[in-house]
Amino acid sequence: MSNTQQLEALVTQVRRDILRMVHKVNSGHPGGSLGCTEFFVALFQEIMDRKEGFTMDGINEDIFFLSNGHISPVFYSVLARSGYFSVDELNTFRLIDSRLQGHPTTHEGLPGVRVASGSLGQGLSVALGAAQTKKLNGDSHLVYSLHGDGELQEGQNWEAIMYASAKKVDNIIATVDLNGQQIDGATDDVLPMGSLKAKFEAFGWIVLEINEGNNLEAILKGMAEAKSKTGQGKPVCVLLKTVMGNGVDFMMHTHAWHGKAPNDEQLAVGLAQNVETLGDY
Amino acid sequence: MKTYTNTGNKDTRSGFGAGLTELGKTNENVVALCADLIGSLKMDDFKKNHPERFFQVGIAEANMIGIAAGMTIGGKIPFTGTFANFSTGRVYDQIRQSVAYSDKNVKICASHAGLTLGEDGATHQILEDIGLMKMLPGMTVINTCDYNQTKAATIAIADHHGPVYLRFGRPSVPNFTPEDQTFEIGKAIQLTEGNDVTIVATGHLVWEALEAAKALNDKGISAEVINIHTIKPLDDKAILDSVAKTKCIVTAEEHNYLGGLGESVARVLAQHQPTPQEFVATNDTFGESGTPAQLMDKYGLNSNAIINAVETVLKRK
Repeated sequence: MSNTQQLEALVTQVRRDILRMVHKVNSGHPGGSLGCTEFFVALFQEIMDRKEGFTMDGINEDIFFLSNGHISPVFYSVLARSGYFSVDELNTFRLIDSRLQGHPTTHEGLPGVRVASGSLGQGLSVALGAAQTKKLNGDSHLVYSLHGDGELQEGQNWEAIMYASAKKVDNIIATVDLNGQQIDGATDDVLPMGSLKAKFEAFGWIVLEINEGNNLEAILKGMAEAKSKTGQGKPVCVLLKTVMGNGVDFMMHTHAWHGKAPNDEQLAVGLAQNVETLGDY
Repeated sequence: MKTYTNTGNKDTRSGFGAGLTELGKTNENVVALCADLIGSLKMDDFKKNHPERFFQVGIAEANMIGIAAGMTIGGKIPFTGTFANFSTGRVYDQIRQSVAYSDKNVKICASHAGLTLGEDGATHQILEDIGLMKMLPGMTVINTCDYNQTKAATIAIADHHGPVYLRFGRPSVPNFTPEDQTFEIGKAIQLTEGNDVTIVATGHLVWEALEAAKALNDKGISAEVINIHTIKPLDDKAILDSVAKTKCIVTAEEHNYLGGLGESVARVLAQHQPTPQEFVATNDTFGESGTPAQLMDKYGLNSNAIINAVETVLKRK
Protein backbone atom coordinates (compact mmCIF):
# COMPACT_ATOMS: atom_id res chain seq x y z
CA MET A 1 0.00 0.00 0.00
CA SER A 2 1.15 3.51 -0.70
CA ASN A 3 1.41 5.92 2.17
CA THR A 4 -1.76 7.67 1.06
CA GLN A 5 -3.60 4.36 0.96
CA GLN A 6 -2.44 3.62 4.49
CA LEU A 7 -3.67 6.98 5.68
CA GLU A 8 -7.00 6.45 3.91
CA ALA A 9 -7.33 3.08 5.60
CA LEU A 10 -6.73 4.71 8.96
CA VAL A 11 -9.28 7.43 8.19
CA THR A 12 -11.91 4.78 7.47
CA GLN A 13 -11.07 2.89 10.64
CA VAL A 14 -11.22 6.07 12.74
CA ARG A 15 -14.67 6.81 11.32
CA ARG A 16 -15.79 3.35 12.42
CA ASP A 17 -14.32 3.99 15.87
CA ILE A 18 -16.20 7.29 16.15
CA LEU A 19 -19.52 5.74 15.16
CA ARG A 20 -19.10 2.76 17.46
CA MET A 21 -17.96 4.87 20.43
CA VAL A 22 -20.89 7.26 20.37
CA HIS A 23 -23.37 4.49 19.54
CA LYS A 24 -22.30 2.38 22.50
CA VAL A 25 -23.03 5.08 25.08
CA ASN A 26 -25.75 6.76 23.03
CA SER A 27 -24.03 10.12 23.48
CA GLY A 28 -21.18 12.18 22.13
CA HIS A 29 -20.46 14.28 19.06
CA PRO A 30 -20.05 12.36 15.79
CA GLY A 31 -20.66 15.20 13.28
CA GLY A 32 -17.64 17.40 13.99
CA SER A 33 -15.52 14.34 14.72
CA LEU A 34 -16.19 12.84 11.28
CA GLY A 35 -15.57 16.19 9.65
CA CYS A 36 -12.10 16.43 11.18
CA THR A 37 -11.03 12.80 10.77
CA GLU A 38 -8.74 13.39 7.80
CA PHE A 39 -7.17 16.37 9.56
CA PHE A 40 -6.42 14.41 12.74
CA VAL A 41 -5.00 11.46 10.82
CA ALA A 42 -2.80 13.73 8.73
CA LEU A 43 -1.71 15.74 11.76
CA PHE A 44 -0.71 12.82 13.95
CA GLN A 45 0.62 10.53 11.23
CA GLU A 46 2.40 12.97 8.96
CA ILE A 47 2.47 16.59 9.96
CA MET A 48 3.61 16.68 13.56
CA ASP A 49 7.13 15.80 14.62
CA ARG A 50 6.22 13.68 17.63
CA LYS A 51 8.28 11.66 20.06
CA GLU A 52 7.44 8.14 21.08
CA GLY A 53 5.46 8.05 24.30
CA PHE A 54 3.94 11.00 26.07
CA THR A 55 5.26 13.66 28.41
CA MET A 56 3.12 16.52 29.56
CA ASP A 57 5.90 19.02 28.85
CA GLY A 58 6.33 17.90 25.25
CA ILE A 59 9.84 19.31 25.04
CA ASN A 60 11.57 19.03 21.65
CA GLU A 61 8.48 17.78 19.87
CA ASP A 62 5.46 19.35 18.20
CA ILE A 63 2.42 19.48 20.46
CA PHE A 64 -1.29 19.79 19.81
CA PHE A 65 -4.24 21.34 21.64
CA LEU A 66 -7.87 20.57 20.90
CA SER A 67 -9.96 23.59 21.84
CA ASN A 68 -13.36 22.33 20.64
CA GLY A 69 -13.21 19.42 23.05
CA HIS A 70 -16.58 17.97 22.13
CA ILE A 71 -15.04 16.24 19.13
CA SER A 72 -13.25 13.99 21.59
CA PRO A 73 -14.20 10.78 19.69
CA VAL A 74 -11.89 11.58 16.77
CA PHE A 75 -9.18 12.80 19.15
CA TYR A 76 -9.31 9.63 21.25
CA SER A 77 -9.41 7.31 18.28
CA VAL A 78 -6.45 8.95 16.57
CA LEU A 79 -4.47 9.15 19.83
CA ALA A 80 -5.04 5.45 20.45
CA ARG A 81 -4.22 4.48 16.89
CA SER A 82 -1.09 6.66 17.04
CA GLY A 83 0.18 4.66 20.01
CA TYR A 84 -0.64 6.87 22.99
CA PHE A 85 -2.79 4.21 24.66
CA SER A 86 -4.39 0.89 23.81
CA VAL A 87 -7.17 0.95 21.23
CA ASP A 88 -9.13 -1.36 23.57
CA GLU A 89 -9.55 1.60 25.88
CA LEU A 90 -11.83 3.23 23.28
CA ASN A 91 -14.40 0.80 24.70
CA THR A 92 -14.57 2.92 27.84
CA PHE A 93 -15.55 6.21 26.14
CA ARG A 94 -17.88 8.20 28.42
CA LEU A 95 -18.28 5.32 30.86
CA ILE A 96 -17.84 5.59 34.61
CA ASP A 97 -14.20 5.36 35.81
CA SER A 98 -12.88 5.99 32.30
CA ARG A 99 -9.92 8.14 31.26
CA LEU A 100 -11.91 8.91 28.10
CA GLN A 101 -14.20 11.54 29.55
CA GLY A 102 -16.98 13.08 27.49
CA HIS A 103 -14.68 16.02 26.91
CA PRO A 104 -10.90 15.58 27.06
CA THR A 105 -9.09 16.18 30.32
CA THR A 106 -5.67 15.75 31.83
CA HIS A 107 -7.27 14.96 35.15
CA GLU A 108 -7.47 11.22 34.58
CA GLY A 109 -3.98 11.09 33.10
CA LEU A 110 -4.89 10.12 29.54
CA PRO A 111 -1.70 10.26 27.44
CA GLY A 112 -1.90 12.75 24.59
CA VAL A 113 -4.08 15.32 26.34
CA ARG A 114 -2.39 18.42 27.74
CA VAL A 115 -5.33 20.53 28.85
CA ALA A 116 -9.01 20.07 29.54
CA SER A 117 -11.29 21.49 26.88
CA GLY A 118 -15.00 21.58 26.26
CA SER A 119 -15.97 24.89 27.74
CA LEU A 120 -15.31 26.68 24.47
CA GLY A 121 -12.94 29.45 23.55
CA GLN A 122 -10.05 28.68 25.89
CA GLY A 123 -7.72 26.56 23.78
CA LEU A 124 -6.00 29.26 21.77
CA SER A 125 -4.81 31.08 24.89
CA VAL A 126 -3.40 27.85 26.27
CA ALA A 127 -1.72 26.99 22.98
CA LEU A 128 -0.14 30.46 22.85
CA GLY A 129 1.21 30.04 26.37
CA ALA A 130 2.74 26.70 25.43
CA ALA A 131 4.21 28.27 22.28
CA GLN A 132 5.80 31.06 24.29
CA THR A 133 7.26 28.54 26.72
CA LYS A 134 8.78 26.69 23.75
CA LYS A 135 10.48 29.92 22.77
CA LEU A 136 11.72 30.52 26.30
CA ASN A 137 13.10 26.97 26.35
CA GLY A 138 14.85 27.41 22.99
CA ASP A 139 12.66 24.62 21.61
CA SER A 140 12.13 25.17 17.89
CA HIS A 141 9.19 22.78 17.60
CA LEU A 142 5.69 23.96 16.80
CA VAL A 143 2.37 24.17 18.59
CA TYR A 144 -0.75 23.10 16.67
CA SER A 145 -4.29 23.82 17.75
CA LEU A 146 -7.77 23.13 16.45
CA HIS A 147 -10.84 25.30 16.99
CA GLY A 148 -14.45 25.09 15.91
CA ASP A 149 -15.78 27.91 13.77
CA GLY A 150 -18.80 28.41 16.03
CA GLU A 151 -16.37 28.49 18.93
CA LEU A 152 -14.91 31.73 17.60
CA GLN A 153 -18.04 33.45 18.88
CA GLU A 154 -16.41 33.25 22.34
CA GLY A 155 -14.67 36.55 23.06
CA GLN A 156 -11.58 35.07 24.66
CA ASN A 157 -10.48 33.91 21.19
CA TRP A 158 -10.21 37.48 20.02
CA GLU A 159 -8.15 38.46 23.05
CA ALA A 160 -5.83 35.61 22.12
CA ILE A 161 -5.84 36.40 18.38
CA MET A 162 -4.86 40.00 19.17
CA TYR A 163 -2.16 38.88 21.60
CA ALA A 164 -0.58 36.33 19.25
CA SER A 165 0.39 38.82 16.59
CA ALA A 166 1.25 41.57 19.07
CA LYS A 167 3.72 39.21 20.74
CA LYS A 168 4.91 37.71 17.43
CA VAL A 169 4.05 34.16 18.43
CA ASP A 170 5.15 32.67 15.13
CA ASN A 171 5.59 29.07 16.27
CA ILE A 172 1.89 28.27 16.28
CA ILE A 173 -0.44 26.96 13.58
CA ALA A 174 -4.03 27.43 14.69
CA THR A 175 -6.53 25.60 12.52
CA VAL A 176 -10.21 26.49 12.41
CA ASP A 177 -12.63 23.73 11.47
CA LEU A 178 -14.78 25.70 9.08
CA ASN A 179 -17.80 23.44 8.75
CA GLY A 180 -20.32 26.25 8.99
CA GLN A 181 -22.43 24.46 11.59
CA GLN A 182 -23.05 24.74 15.31
CA ILE A 183 -25.60 23.16 17.65
CA ASP A 184 -28.50 25.44 16.82
CA GLY A 185 -27.92 25.49 13.08
CA ALA A 186 -25.70 27.11 10.47
CA THR A 187 -23.21 29.56 11.94
CA ASP A 188 -24.50 32.09 9.43
CA ASP A 189 -27.95 31.78 10.98
CA VAL A 190 -26.90 31.61 14.63
CA LEU A 191 -24.39 34.45 14.60
CA PRO A 192 -22.74 35.29 11.29
CA MET A 193 -19.06 36.00 11.73
CA GLY A 194 -18.34 37.46 8.33
CA SER A 195 -14.99 36.73 6.73
CA LEU A 196 -12.76 34.92 9.19
CA LYS A 197 -9.90 35.32 6.74
CA ALA A 198 -10.31 39.09 6.76
CA LYS A 199 -10.66 39.11 10.53
CA PHE A 200 -7.55 37.04 11.22
CA GLU A 201 -5.58 39.08 8.68
CA ALA A 202 -6.77 42.30 10.24
CA PHE A 203 -5.42 40.97 13.54
CA GLY A 204 -2.02 40.40 11.94
CA TRP A 205 -2.07 36.68 11.21
CA ILE A 206 -0.91 34.81 8.13
CA VAL A 207 -4.03 33.02 6.88
CA LEU A 208 -4.10 29.98 4.63
CA GLU A 209 -7.20 28.25 3.34
CA ILE A 210 -7.63 24.56 2.70
CA ASN A 211 -10.77 24.33 0.63
CA GLU A 212 -10.86 20.55 0.54
CA GLY A 213 -10.56 19.90 4.24
CA ASN A 214 -11.63 16.29 3.88
CA ASN A 215 -9.00 15.50 1.26
CA LEU A 216 -5.82 14.08 2.76
CA GLU A 217 -3.54 15.34 0.01
CA ALA A 218 -5.01 18.82 0.20
CA ILE A 219 -4.54 18.81 3.96
CA LEU A 220 -0.94 17.60 3.74
CA LYS A 221 -0.10 20.19 1.10
CA GLY A 222 -1.86 23.00 2.96
CA MET A 223 -0.33 22.19 6.30
CA ALA A 224 3.15 21.89 4.77
CA GLU A 225 2.65 25.37 3.38
CA ALA A 226 1.45 26.56 6.79
CA LYS A 227 4.58 25.13 8.37
CA SER A 228 6.71 27.00 5.85
CA LYS A 229 5.09 30.24 6.99
CA THR A 230 6.06 29.81 10.64
CA GLY A 231 9.04 31.65 12.07
CA GLN A 232 8.29 34.82 10.13
CA GLY A 233 7.19 36.94 13.05
CA LYS A 234 3.48 36.23 12.62
CA PRO A 235 1.11 33.56 13.90
CA VAL A 236 -0.34 31.25 11.26
CA CYS A 237 -4.00 30.38 10.86
CA VAL A 238 -5.41 27.65 8.65
CA LEU A 239 -9.06 27.84 7.66
CA LEU A 240 -9.97 24.23 7.03
CA LYS A 241 -13.22 23.86 5.10
CA THR A 242 -14.75 20.57 6.13
CA VAL A 243 -18.06 18.80 5.83
CA MET A 244 -19.62 17.91 9.14
CA GLY A 245 -20.40 14.18 9.30
CA ASN A 246 -18.09 13.44 6.38
CA GLY A 247 -18.00 9.81 5.29
CA VAL A 248 -21.45 8.88 6.55
CA ASP A 249 -23.95 10.11 3.97
CA PHE A 250 -26.93 10.78 6.21
CA MET A 251 -24.80 12.72 8.69
CA MET A 252 -23.36 15.10 6.09
CA HIS A 253 -24.33 18.72 5.39
CA THR A 254 -26.43 19.10 8.54
CA HIS A 255 -25.96 20.15 12.14
CA ALA A 256 -28.39 17.42 13.23
CA TRP A 257 -25.54 15.06 14.19
CA HIS A 258 -23.56 17.63 16.13
CA GLY A 259 -24.28 15.93 19.43
CA LYS A 260 -26.44 12.93 18.63
CA ALA A 261 -25.57 9.24 18.46
CA PRO A 262 -26.81 6.85 15.75
CA ASN A 263 -29.26 4.10 16.67
CA ASP A 264 -28.56 0.43 15.83
CA GLU A 265 -29.81 0.69 12.25
CA GLN A 266 -28.08 3.97 11.58
CA LEU A 267 -24.86 2.54 12.96
CA ALA A 268 -25.13 -0.43 10.60
CA VAL A 269 -25.57 1.92 7.64
CA GLY A 270 -22.66 4.07 8.73
CA LEU A 271 -20.37 1.09 9.22
CA ALA A 272 -21.40 -0.38 5.86
CA GLN A 273 -20.20 2.85 4.28
CA ASN A 274 -16.87 2.47 6.10
CA VAL A 275 -15.68 -1.09 5.87
CA GLU A 276 -13.24 -2.29 8.51
CA THR A 277 -9.61 -1.77 7.49
CA LEU A 278 -7.25 -2.01 10.46
CA GLY A 279 -9.41 -3.97 12.86
CA ASP A 280 -12.12 -2.70 15.18
CA TYR A 281 -11.19 -2.18 18.82
CA MET B 1 0.39 38.32 76.84
CA LYS B 2 2.72 38.25 73.89
CA THR B 3 2.67 41.55 72.02
CA TYR B 4 3.69 42.48 68.50
CA THR B 5 5.34 45.58 67.20
CA ASN B 6 4.37 47.33 64.02
CA THR B 7 7.69 47.97 62.31
CA GLY B 8 6.02 50.48 60.01
CA ASN B 9 2.99 50.39 57.75
CA LYS B 10 3.47 48.79 54.35
CA ASP B 11 1.14 47.43 51.72
CA THR B 12 0.90 43.69 51.23
CA ARG B 13 1.01 44.08 47.44
CA SER B 14 4.54 45.46 47.79
CA GLY B 15 5.37 42.28 49.67
CA PHE B 16 4.20 40.38 46.62
CA GLY B 17 6.35 42.56 44.38
CA ALA B 18 9.39 41.99 46.60
CA GLY B 19 8.78 38.24 46.66
CA LEU B 20 8.51 38.17 42.89
CA THR B 21 11.75 40.13 42.57
CA GLU B 22 13.44 37.54 44.77
CA LEU B 23 12.02 34.68 42.71
CA GLY B 24 13.30 36.35 39.57
CA LYS B 25 16.81 35.91 40.90
CA THR B 26 16.45 32.44 42.37
CA ASN B 27 14.08 30.52 40.08
CA GLU B 28 14.57 30.82 36.34
CA ASN B 29 11.30 28.99 35.65
CA VAL B 30 9.22 31.73 37.23
CA VAL B 31 7.43 33.87 34.64
CA ALA B 32 5.04 36.74 35.35
CA LEU B 33 1.97 37.93 33.50
CA CYS B 34 0.00 41.09 34.09
CA ALA B 35 -3.23 42.51 32.67
CA ASP B 36 -2.34 46.21 32.50
CA LEU B 37 -1.79 46.75 36.24
CA ILE B 38 1.97 46.48 36.62
CA GLY B 39 2.23 49.46 38.96
CA SER B 40 -0.72 48.41 41.10
CA LEU B 41 0.66 44.89 41.47
CA LYS B 42 4.23 46.10 42.09
CA MET B 43 5.58 43.95 39.29
CA ASP B 44 7.83 46.72 37.90
CA ASP B 45 11.04 45.29 39.31
CA PHE B 46 10.49 41.83 37.90
CA LYS B 47 9.61 43.36 34.54
CA LYS B 48 12.73 45.52 34.54
CA ASN B 49 15.10 42.75 35.59
CA HIS B 50 13.62 39.93 33.52
CA PRO B 51 11.89 41.42 30.46
CA GLU B 52 12.09 38.07 28.64
CA ARG B 53 10.12 36.40 31.41
CA PHE B 54 7.52 39.13 31.81
CA PHE B 55 4.34 39.14 29.71
CA GLN B 56 2.08 42.17 29.45
CA VAL B 57 -1.20 40.73 28.16
CA GLY B 58 -3.24 43.91 28.15
CA ILE B 59 -6.76 44.20 29.52
CA ALA B 60 -7.63 40.61 28.74
CA GLU B 61 -7.75 38.55 31.91
CA ALA B 62 -9.34 35.45 30.36
CA ASN B 63 -6.51 35.24 27.85
CA MET B 64 -3.98 35.80 30.64
CA ILE B 65 -5.25 32.81 32.62
CA GLY B 66 -5.22 30.59 29.53
CA ILE B 67 -1.72 31.68 28.53
CA ALA B 68 -0.52 31.00 32.07
CA ALA B 69 -2.01 27.50 31.93
CA GLY B 70 -0.25 26.87 28.62
CA MET B 71 3.07 28.20 29.89
CA THR B 72 3.22 25.49 32.52
CA ILE B 73 3.55 22.99 29.66
CA GLY B 74 7.30 22.96 29.27
CA GLY B 75 8.00 23.70 32.90
CA LYS B 76 7.37 27.38 33.55
CA ILE B 77 5.79 28.58 36.80
CA PRO B 78 3.51 31.48 35.84
CA PHE B 79 2.47 34.14 38.34
CA THR B 80 -0.51 36.17 37.11
CA GLY B 81 -1.23 39.59 38.55
CA THR B 82 -4.36 41.70 38.57
CA PHE B 83 -7.00 42.86 41.05
CA ALA B 84 -8.73 40.12 43.05
CA ASN B 85 -12.04 40.79 41.33
CA PHE B 86 -10.56 40.35 37.86
CA SER B 87 -8.43 37.42 39.06
CA THR B 88 -11.40 35.33 40.14
CA GLY B 89 -15.00 36.16 39.30
CA ARG B 90 -14.23 37.56 35.89
CA VAL B 91 -12.28 34.47 34.82
CA TYR B 92 -13.83 31.74 36.92
CA ASP B 93 -14.45 29.33 34.07
CA GLN B 94 -10.96 29.83 32.64
CA ILE B 95 -9.46 29.03 36.04
CA ARG B 96 -11.82 26.12 36.52
CA GLN B 97 -11.18 24.36 33.22
CA SER B 98 -7.74 25.44 32.01
CA VAL B 99 -6.03 25.66 35.41
CA ALA B 100 -7.73 23.71 38.20
CA TYR B 101 -9.28 20.80 36.29
CA SER B 102 -6.19 20.65 34.10
CA ASP B 103 -3.90 20.47 37.17
CA LYS B 104 -1.77 23.38 35.98
CA ASN B 105 0.93 24.91 38.14
CA VAL B 106 -0.36 28.50 37.94
CA LYS B 107 -0.09 31.04 40.76
CA ILE B 108 -3.01 33.47 40.63
CA CYS B 109 -1.84 36.51 42.58
CA ALA B 110 -4.55 38.98 43.43
CA SER B 111 -4.22 42.46 44.85
CA HIS B 112 -6.89 44.93 45.98
CA ALA B 113 -8.92 42.18 47.63
CA GLY B 114 -11.79 43.02 49.94
CA LEU B 115 -13.14 46.44 50.83
CA THR B 116 -9.84 48.17 51.51
CA LEU B 117 -9.06 49.24 47.98
CA GLY B 118 -11.45 51.94 49.04
CA GLU B 119 -12.64 54.76 46.84
CA ASP B 120 -13.02 52.82 43.57
CA GLY B 121 -16.10 51.20 45.08
CA ALA B 122 -17.87 47.89 44.72
CA THR B 123 -17.10 47.28 41.03
CA HIS B 124 -13.44 46.84 41.96
CA GLN B 125 -13.81 45.41 45.44
CA ILE B 126 -14.52 41.74 45.89
CA LEU B 127 -15.85 39.98 48.97
CA GLU B 128 -16.60 36.64 47.32
CA ASP B 129 -13.23 35.53 46.00
CA ILE B 130 -12.18 33.25 48.86
CA GLY B 131 -15.40 31.32 48.42
CA LEU B 132 -15.04 31.11 44.65
CA MET B 133 -11.48 29.87 44.86
CA LYS B 134 -11.79 27.48 47.78
CA MET B 135 -14.58 25.60 46.04
CA LEU B 136 -12.29 24.65 43.16
CA PRO B 137 -10.90 21.15 43.67
CA GLY B 138 -7.13 21.19 44.13
CA MET B 139 -6.85 24.96 44.58
CA THR B 140 -4.76 26.24 47.47
CA VAL B 141 -6.10 29.51 48.92
CA ILE B 142 -3.86 31.91 50.82
CA ASN B 143 -4.67 35.32 52.34
CA THR B 144 -1.63 36.98 53.89
CA CYS B 145 -1.69 39.53 56.71
CA ASP B 146 1.23 41.88 56.15
CA TYR B 147 4.15 42.82 53.92
CA ASN B 148 6.63 40.32 55.32
CA GLN B 149 4.21 37.43 55.21
CA THR B 150 3.10 38.25 51.67
CA LYS B 151 6.71 38.30 50.52
CA ALA B 152 7.40 34.96 52.22
CA ALA B 153 4.22 33.41 50.80
CA THR B 154 5.03 34.58 47.28
CA ILE B 155 8.39 32.86 47.47
CA ALA B 156 6.94 29.73 49.06
CA ILE B 157 4.21 29.08 46.50
CA ALA B 158 6.76 28.78 43.69
CA ASP B 159 7.96 25.55 45.31
CA HIS B 160 4.45 24.18 45.78
CA HIS B 161 3.33 22.21 42.73
CA GLY B 162 -0.28 22.99 41.87
CA PRO B 163 -2.62 25.92 41.42
CA VAL B 164 -2.58 28.59 44.11
CA TYR B 165 -4.72 31.64 44.77
CA LEU B 166 -2.71 34.24 46.69
CA ARG B 167 -4.84 37.10 48.00
CA PHE B 168 -3.52 40.42 49.28
CA GLY B 169 -4.49 44.07 49.44
CA ARG B 170 -3.89 47.66 48.48
CA PRO B 171 -3.59 49.80 51.64
CA SER B 172 -0.61 50.23 53.90
CA VAL B 173 -1.14 48.16 57.02
CA PRO B 174 1.01 47.30 60.05
CA ASN B 175 3.98 45.08 59.24
CA PHE B 176 4.58 42.90 62.27
CA THR B 177 5.53 39.36 61.28
CA PRO B 178 9.24 38.41 61.15
CA GLU B 179 11.22 39.51 58.12
CA ASP B 180 13.03 36.16 57.98
CA GLN B 181 9.97 33.92 58.38
CA THR B 182 9.56 30.68 56.51
CA PHE B 183 6.11 30.40 55.05
CA GLU B 184 4.53 26.99 55.49
CA ILE B 185 1.40 26.48 53.38
CA GLY B 186 -1.47 25.11 55.44
CA LYS B 187 0.18 25.71 58.81
CA ALA B 188 -1.65 28.14 61.07
CA ILE B 189 0.39 30.46 63.27
CA GLN B 190 -0.60 30.94 66.89
CA LEU B 191 0.19 34.54 67.75
CA THR B 192 -1.01 34.78 71.34
CA GLU B 193 -1.91 32.21 73.96
CA GLY B 194 -5.25 32.49 75.69
CA ASN B 195 -7.85 30.49 77.58
CA ASP B 196 -11.16 32.32 77.19
CA VAL B 197 -11.70 32.68 73.46
CA THR B 198 -10.07 31.73 70.16
CA ILE B 199 -9.83 34.42 67.51
CA VAL B 200 -9.04 33.05 64.09
CA ALA B 201 -8.22 35.80 61.60
CA THR B 202 -6.92 36.08 58.07
CA GLY B 203 -5.48 38.90 55.96
CA HIS B 204 -5.83 42.47 57.17
CA LEU B 205 -7.94 41.28 60.11
CA VAL B 206 -4.99 39.56 61.81
CA TRP B 207 -3.56 42.84 63.11
CA GLU B 208 -7.04 43.93 64.15
CA ALA B 209 -7.37 40.66 66.07
CA LEU B 210 -4.13 41.40 67.92
CA GLU B 211 -5.39 44.87 68.78
CA ALA B 212 -8.63 43.34 69.99
CA ALA B 213 -6.74 40.77 72.09
CA LYS B 214 -4.79 43.57 73.77
CA ALA B 215 -7.97 45.44 74.67
CA LEU B 216 -9.65 42.25 75.84
CA ASN B 217 -6.63 41.44 77.99
CA ASP B 218 -7.07 44.78 79.72
CA LYS B 219 -10.61 43.69 80.50
CA GLY B 220 -9.37 40.38 81.91
CA ILE B 221 -10.33 38.28 78.89
CA SER B 222 -7.57 36.06 77.57
CA ALA B 223 -7.74 35.59 73.80
CA GLU B 224 -5.82 33.12 71.70
CA VAL B 225 -5.17 34.71 68.31
CA ILE B 226 -4.42 32.43 65.39
CA ASN B 227 -3.28 33.69 62.01
CA ILE B 228 -4.89 31.52 59.36
CA HIS B 229 -3.00 32.55 56.26
CA THR B 230 -4.01 29.40 54.40
CA ILE B 231 -7.77 29.00 54.11
CA LYS B 232 -7.41 25.89 52.01
CA PRO B 233 -6.07 23.45 53.07
CA LEU B 234 -7.26 24.58 56.48
CA ASP B 235 -5.22 23.73 59.57
CA ASP B 236 -8.06 21.85 61.27
CA LYS B 237 -5.84 20.68 64.11
CA ALA B 238 -4.75 24.15 65.16
CA ILE B 239 -8.38 25.24 65.37
CA LEU B 240 -9.58 22.14 67.21
CA ASP B 241 -6.67 22.22 69.68
CA SER B 242 -7.42 25.83 70.50
CA VAL B 243 -11.19 25.49 70.96
CA ALA B 244 -10.65 22.39 73.11
CA LYS B 245 -9.20 24.88 75.56
CA THR B 246 -11.25 28.04 74.97
CA LYS B 247 -14.67 26.51 74.09
CA CYS B 248 -15.63 29.41 71.83
CA ILE B 249 -14.35 31.08 68.69
CA VAL B 250 -14.56 34.26 66.61
CA THR B 251 -13.52 34.23 62.95
CA ALA B 252 -12.46 37.46 61.26
CA GLU B 253 -11.97 38.16 57.58
CA GLU B 254 -12.36 40.87 54.95
CA HIS B 255 -14.88 38.79 53.00
CA ASN B 256 -18.52 37.79 52.91
CA TYR B 257 -19.44 35.52 55.82
CA LEU B 258 -20.97 33.26 53.15
CA GLY B 259 -18.18 31.20 51.64
CA GLY B 260 -15.31 32.62 53.61
CA LEU B 261 -12.90 31.51 56.32
CA GLY B 262 -15.68 31.52 58.91
CA GLU B 263 -17.68 28.92 57.03
CA SER B 264 -14.63 26.73 56.60
CA VAL B 265 -13.99 26.90 60.35
CA ALA B 266 -17.67 26.21 61.10
CA ARG B 267 -17.51 23.09 58.96
CA VAL B 268 -14.53 21.76 60.94
CA LEU B 269 -16.21 22.54 64.24
CA ALA B 270 -19.58 21.09 63.25
CA GLN B 271 -17.90 17.87 62.25
CA HIS B 272 -15.50 17.43 65.15
CA GLN B 273 -16.27 19.74 68.03
CA PRO B 274 -19.47 21.82 67.91
CA THR B 275 -18.49 25.18 69.38
CA PRO B 276 -20.17 28.60 69.65
CA GLN B 277 -18.82 30.79 66.85
CA GLU B 278 -19.29 34.43 65.86
CA PHE B 279 -18.42 35.80 62.43
CA VAL B 280 -16.62 39.06 61.79
CA ALA B 281 -17.20 39.39 58.05
CA THR B 282 -19.41 41.30 55.66
CA ASN B 283 -23.07 40.41 55.80
CA ASP B 284 -23.88 39.29 52.24
CA THR B 285 -23.42 42.74 50.78
CA PHE B 286 -21.45 44.63 48.16
CA GLY B 287 -19.05 47.31 49.28
CA GLU B 288 -19.02 51.00 48.32
CA SER B 289 -16.70 53.99 47.97
CA GLY B 290 -14.94 55.37 51.02
CA THR B 291 -11.58 55.35 52.73
CA PRO B 292 -10.37 51.92 53.83
CA ALA B 293 -10.78 52.84 57.51
CA GLN B 294 -14.30 54.18 56.96
CA LEU B 295 -15.30 51.05 55.10
CA MET B 296 -13.83 48.66 57.65
CA ASP B 297 -15.68 50.57 60.36
CA LYS B 298 -19.01 50.76 58.51
CA TYR B 299 -18.95 47.07 57.53
CA GLY B 300 -17.79 45.88 60.94
CA LEU B 301 -14.33 44.62 60.08
CA ASN B 302 -12.01 46.08 62.73
CA SER B 303 -10.80 45.45 66.27
CA ASN B 304 -13.98 46.96 67.75
CA ALA B 305 -16.09 44.52 65.75
CA ILE B 306 -13.91 41.66 66.95
CA ILE B 307 -14.24 42.77 70.57
CA ASN B 308 -18.03 42.92 70.21
CA ALA B 309 -18.07 39.46 68.65
CA VAL B 310 -15.95 38.07 71.49
CA GLU B 311 -18.30 39.52 74.07
CA THR B 312 -21.24 37.93 72.26
CA VAL B 313 -19.65 34.52 71.90
CA LEU B 314 -18.51 34.43 75.53
CA LYS B 315 -22.15 34.66 76.57
CA ARG B 316 -22.96 31.61 74.43
CA LYS B 317 -20.38 29.35 76.07
